[in-house]
Amino acid sequence: MKLLEKLGISRRSMPLIATFVVFIALYVYGGISYRNFFSARVFFNLLTDNAVLGITAVGMTFVIISGGIDLSVGAVISTTAMAVAVMTQAGVPNGLVIPIALLYGTVLGFLMGFIIEYFKAPPFIVTLAGMFFSRGFGYVLSLSSVPIVYEFYAKASAFGLKIGNGRFTIPGIALIVVIIAAIFLSRSTKFGRNIYAIGGSEQSAVFMGLPVFRVKVLVYTLSGFCASLAGFIYTFYTLSGYGLAGIGLEMDAIASAVIGGTLMTGGYGTIFGTLIGTLIQGLIKTIISFNGQFSVYWIRLFTGGMLLLFILLQKAFVAGTAGMKKAEG
Amino acid sequence: MSEKLLEAKGVSKTFPGVRALSNVDFALGRGEIHGLMGENGAGKSTLIKAITGVFPRDEGDIFLDGEVIHPHSPMDAEALGISTVYQEVNLLPNLSVAENLIIGRQPMKRGCIDWKTINNDAIKILQKFDINIDVTELLGSYSIAIQQMVAIARALELDSKLLILDEPTSSLNLDEVQKLFIQMRRLKEEGQSIIFVTHFLDQVFEITDKITVLRNGEYVGEYNTADLTKLDLISKLMGKALDELKEFEHIAENKVDEDAEALLCTDGSGKAGYLNPFNIYINKGDVVGLAGLLGSGRSEIANMLFGIVKPDKGSMSIRNKKIKISSPAQALKNHIALCPEDRKNEGIIAGLSVKENIVLALQVKQGWLKNINTRKQNELARKYIDMLDIKTPSVDQAIENLSGGNQQKVIVARWLATNPELLIVDEPTRGIDVGAKTEIQKLIVQLAQDGMGVLFISSEIEEVVRCSNRVYVLQERSVVGELAGSDIDEHKIMHTIAGKGE
Repeated sequence: MKLLEKLGISRRSMPLIATFVVFIALYVYGGISYRNFFSARVFFNLLTDNAVLGITAVGMTFVIISGGIDLSVGAVISTTAMAVAVMTQAGVPNGLVIPIALLYGTVLGFLMGFIIEYFKAPPFIVTLAGMFFSRGFGYVLSLSSVPIVYEFYAKASAFGLKIGNGRFTIPGIALIVVIIAAIFLSRSTKFGRNIYAIGGSEQSAVFMGLPVFRVKVLVYTLSGFCASLAGFIYTFYTLSGYGLAGIGLEMDAIASAVIGGTLMTGGYGTIFGTLIGTLIQGLIKTIISFNGQFSVYWIRLFTGGMLLLFILLQKAFVAGTAGMKKAEG
Repeated sequence: MSEKLLEAKGVSKTFPGVRALSNVDFALGRGEIHGLMGENGAGKSTLIKAITGVFPRDEGDIFLDGEVIHPHSPMDAEALGISTVYQEVNLLPNLSVAENLIIGRQPMKRGCIDWKTINNDAIKILQKFDINIDVTELLGSYSIAIQQMVAIARALELDSKLLILDEPTSSLNLDEVQKLFIQMRRLKEEGQSIIFVTHFLDQVFEITDKITVLRNGEYVGEYNTADLTKLDLISKLMGKALDELKEFEHIAENKVDEDAEALLCTDGSGKAGYLNPFNIYINKGDVVGLAGLLGSGRSEIANMLFGIVKPDKGSMSIRNKKIKISSPAQALKNHIALCPEDRKNEGIIAGLSVKENIVLALQVKQGWLKNINTRKQNELARKYIDMLDIKTPSVDQAIENLSGGNQQKVIVARWLATNPELLIVDEPTRGIDVGAKTEIQKLIVQLAQDGMGVLFISSEIEEVVRCSNRVYVLQERSVVGELAGSDIDEHKIMHTIAGKGE
C-alpha cells in the first residue's frame, strides 16, 4: 500500500485499481489458457453480451452512490421488452414503439423516486413494490413469449461494424455510449456531483443548500431510463418479449457496481469501475464457456466468490481511511 | 429599506414534549456582528434553524430587509441571501476539500465543470486562513479542525446578506480562531452582517458588537457588548447569583492522596506512529487531567486505555495486576468506561430513547443473553435522570430531542450504569454552555470524591485546571510533564507545553 502511495496512486483509488488488476489478470489467464481468447471477436462479444447488464448497472451505480437501491430494474427490462413485442404485434408504428418503451422505465423510475422522496419511504421497499408492479404488468401483457414482428429488430440485431474478426454491435455501441455519457455526467455536471454529495451525507447536502429532492427523484428516473434502454437493447438478442426474462438481473447489476468499487453505503463509486465490474462477470462466463468442463452453474459460484472478495477489500479500505483520520485528529 | 437587516418577532417552536422557543425576539443591524448566547437548551440553534428554514416556526414573524420570509429549506434561505455554518461540521467527507468549498456553484466551461478553476479558487480561499493543504484530497482525511475551517470558509465565500456562524469555533485552536476573527472583521468592514453563536465568553467579547441572550427558550435581553462585563453576562446566561459561580471555581483545588489505592498504571505503553510510550497512573479518588493542544495525543491515550487501539509496547496494570486490554469489552470487564469525544457519532444512538441509551453499555457488559427487564431499565433510567439532573419529559423521550448538555449527561449515565472504577471522559463539555458545563464538571469531581478514578480530557485548559488534582501535559504524542495539587495552574501547563525537551 505504501509503495502504491509513493507511485502517486491515492488510497481512495485502490479498490478501483484492484478491480482493474483482477480484470486484466482474468483476461491474461484466459489468453494463456485458451487459443483465440486474445481476439477482437472475444473482446467485442464481451461488450455485446454484457451490454444489457452494463447499461442497467450504470443506472444502479448512480442510485447506490446517492445512498439508495433500485430493485425494479430486472422487471423493467423484461416488461420493456414485452411492451415492445406487444406493440409490434398490435401494429404500433416503430417510431412510437421506441419512445414509449424508453418512457416506461423512465416514468416508473420517476414515480418511485418521487414516492421515496415525498413520503421519505425506504428505497428498498418502494423499488421492491416497483419490481412487483412491473413484473405483474409484464404478465398482464402476456404470459407467454411474444415474438417481435418488425424487421427493424432483426436487422438491428444482425448489424455490426467489422473490426478485425469481431463485430461491434448496436448493444456494444450502446454500452460504450452510455458509459461515456455516464462518466461525463458523474464527473462534469452539477447533477452528477450532487449525487455524490447526497450519498456522502444527505443531511449535509441539505444544509449546504443543494437540491436534494430534485436530484434524488432524478436519480431513480435515470436508473429507470437505463433499465428501459437495456430492455429495448434486450429485444435485439431475443426478438421477443417474455415475462420471466431478467429475473435476478438487479442483483447482477448491484454486483457489477460493488465489484467496481461502489460502496453500498453511498458516496463512493465510479462508472468506469462499474463497467469493469460488469466485464469481470462477463469474463468469468466467457472463460467457463471456453473451458467446457464446468457447467454454467459455476458462473454464479465464481461471481459470488468475486463479490465476497471485493466486499472484504472495501472493508479494508474503509477501515484504513477511518484509521488515517483518527491518527490525524 | 428598514433599519434592521433581520428581525424576528415573537418566534415560537415546540418539539414533542419540549418548548424549544417561546416568543423570542431578535434584531440584527446592518454591518453588525451580533453574538447569540445561551445555555444548552436555551434555543440558540433552534432560532437559527427557524431563520434558515431547517424547520418551520410555529408562531411569530421573521423579517429580512423588512419583508416577512418563510424559507422552507436551507436552500431557500441561501437564495434569500442567508448563508450558514451549522453547529456540527456539515460537509461531505467523501468529496475533495475544493469541491466542498465550491459545490452548488461550480464554474462551468463548455458545459463541463471546470475543475482546474475550482481547485485554484479553493487554494486561494483557504490561503486567507493560512491553510495550505492538498485541496484535491478527500475532506474526510483531514482533522475535524480543518473540516470546520473549510465549512466556515465555504460560508464566507457565499455572497450573502447575512452570515450565520453557529458554534463555529468549538474545534478550533486559538490561532485558528484568530484567523477566523480577522476574516469576520474584514467582512464587517465590507458591510456584512454576522450572527455569531458561541459559548466561549472570551470570543464573544472580542468580536461582537451586540449580544442577545436566550434562556430556556425565552428571550432575556439584548445588550451592547461594550456595556457588559463578563460576570454580568454569565449571570444573565445562568440566571443565577454570581457567588454561586465563585464557589464553583475552587471545586477541585485539592489534595493529592499519596496513600490512595492504585487503580491503573501504565509502564511504557505506546504504539509506533500513534502514541509514544507513556507512564501514567490513576488512583482511586483522582481526577487526572490530560492537557495539551489539538493532536497532542489526548484522545489517543483514552483509546488505548479503553482497548480501542492496542499498544504494541509496554505494559499496563490494573490494581497492581498486569493485564492486557485489547478490546472495549475487556476494558468494561475491568471496570473501565469511556465517554467518547464525538458525541454525535460515537456517543448517542439517535433513534433510541433516553432509557435505551442509558442501559446500552450495561446490557453489553452483561451479554445479550441476560436481558435487563423493563422494570429494571426504568429504575436505572430514573435513578440516573435524578442523579445527574437530566432534563427530559420522560424516560422514553427520543434522545435526539434533548439538548447537547443533557445528551452528554445521558452518555455519562450510560457508563456509570456499568459501575466503573475508572471513568475516562473525553471532552465532556464540548459544544455545551456554561451552566451545563458547570454541572458536568461538578459531577465529575463528585464521582471522584465518591471513590472513582477519573481521567479527564479537555481542550479547555481552564477546565482541566479547575477539575483535576493531577494533570499530565501532552505534547506531540508524548507525556511531557506532570503537575499535582496546588502546582496546577494554566501558566505552568502552558510552560510545560512550550518547554518540551528541557
